[in-house]
Amino acid sequence: MIVGNRKEFREILEMLGSRRRVLVLGCNECVTVCGVGGEREVGVLASELRLYWKKEGQDFEVREHTVERQCDYEYIDQIRGFVGDYDAVLSMACGAGVQYVAETYKTKPVLPAVNTTFLGVTLEQGVWSERCQGCGSCILDMTAGICPIARCAKSLMNGPCGGSSGGKCEVGNDVDCAWQLIVDRLSESGQLDRYEEILPVKDWRSGRDGGPRKRVREDLKL
Amino acid sequence: MKTNSRIEKIWESGGFIVTSECGPPRGADGDVIRRKGELLKGVVDGVNVTDNQTSVVRMSSLSACVILKGMGLEPILQMVCRDRNRIALQSDILGAAALGINNILCLSGDHQKFGDHPQGKNVFDIDSVQLIQTVCRMRDEGRFLGGEEVKGKPLLFVGAAENPFADPFEIRAMRLGKKVKAGCQFIQTQCIYNVEKFSRWMGMVCDRGLHEKCAILAGVTPMKSVGMARYMKNNVPGMDVPDDMIERMKGTPKEKQAEEGIKICVETIERLKEITGVRGIHIMAIEWEEKVAEIVKAAGLLPRPEV
Repeated sequence: MIVGNRKEFREILEMLGSRRRVLVLGCNECVTVCGVGGEREVGVLASELRLYWKKEGQDFEVREHTVERQCDYEYIDQIRGFVGDYDAVLSMACGAGVQYVAETYKTKPVLPAVNTTFLGVTLEQGVWSERCQGCGSCILDMTAGICPIARCAKSLMNGPCGGSSGGKCEVGNDVDCAWQLIVDRLSESGQLDRYEEILPVKDWRSGRDGGPRKRVREDLKL
Repeated sequence: MKTNSRIEKIWESGGFIVTSECGPPRGADGDVIRRKGELLKGVVDGVNVTDNQTSVVRMSSLSACVILKGMGLEPILQMVCRDRNRIALQSDILGAAALGINNILCLSGDHQKFGDHPQGKNVFDIDSVQLIQTVCRMRDEGRFLGGEEVKGKPLLFVGAAENPFADPFEIRAMRLGKKVKAGCQFIQTQCIYNVEKFSRWMGMVCDRGLHEKCAILAGVTPMKSVGMARYMKNNVPGMDVPDDMIERMKGTPKEKQAEEGIKICVETIERLKEITGVRGIHIMAIEWEEKVAEIVKAAGLLPRPEV
């Protein structure tokens, strides 16, 4: 899933500037699972805004609304009837959702309330960890199911570097060395000899280096 | 393919190689390099010039290499994958060869987190093993990574680093094997304080016959004080400083610690020289270049061979 962090309240206030009629728009998908932009978090942010502006003695109108997904037009279209009543949409979706809402309502300011961070997994309640960078050409078959692109701080295809120590990465003791994990897994499955293969230079064109990506499936088009 | 590298010539003639290091300044004063160069002249066979080591901005490695070359020294161009993509790396490889540089050391590079621009974006388009392959392909096949022909092959003697003390230990010799397979001809190791562990690694290297395909230069760094020894032990990832060495430095009066550090370094070199497969010493006297001559002399490694 896509994982994000909510922006600090101060930063959100600065983005809003003098706008006081705000639609706080949640998304029921990834950002709900990672506890940052679902119905509950929409309620929390809306309350924070109301309390703050009330204390400041200002006039305001904050509306809460959460759609199924902000990355699909049919759901974004559901706010068409009332979005015009607000000065700004404060989107709590990932960056894709924020942009799609903005594309849909061309003259409406759509502001991000969330910093989108990574594609990851839930390690335990309240803990998420990065697993994928969407490079567009998966090599997990060659790296024992552990991605060095996403999980090695240097994205080394032939690691580990000299900074791997006690299973941890040189960038921090809370970061696992991806290549230690790869070696351990190869070792446990009796495939350590595979480590000796030199992984070739990667073709990054399938990733963001090739420019913004678009996928078309003619067979699925209506 | 033979190059004009002095290191390669000594390796070919069966001699023992001594290299050292020169860190470029954090400014545009070329005299800093000239002063360091003077200290190393006639004392070592080659001088590594670091490439923005620890991710701190410094004068470029290639420029400092050219200054040293002009003084008659044999520079070893360090090149890290952190700051340049394959286009820039290959371009600098050509430039280095055109400027008469004969040696290159291919490295991944420290993460920028450690440097003075932790906000920066890193590149890591290719890694150190792939950089070795790239230089060798340009030199031996006359092809760029993209497949186009190189008009005027860069004749560089290709090296890399290896850290016998990093984890996981069991694959460290295998990793060297990958570098040798990629075309690596010489290796400089991380600073060795734990000679016993290094010796075990060398055993694994020799079992694989890697010492015959690649010159292994054992790395040493003299310690200036017990503070430095402790810092290295606790703060430098992948560094193995045994407790008895810390104790020895601690037991020495403060004003004598630098001298003791040099003594330990010389003793370490003596031990390393005896280990099968070690073909040279790489002395990394960090901002202490003036001590290199003394260390080389005390270790019985002077005069350096004429090649």
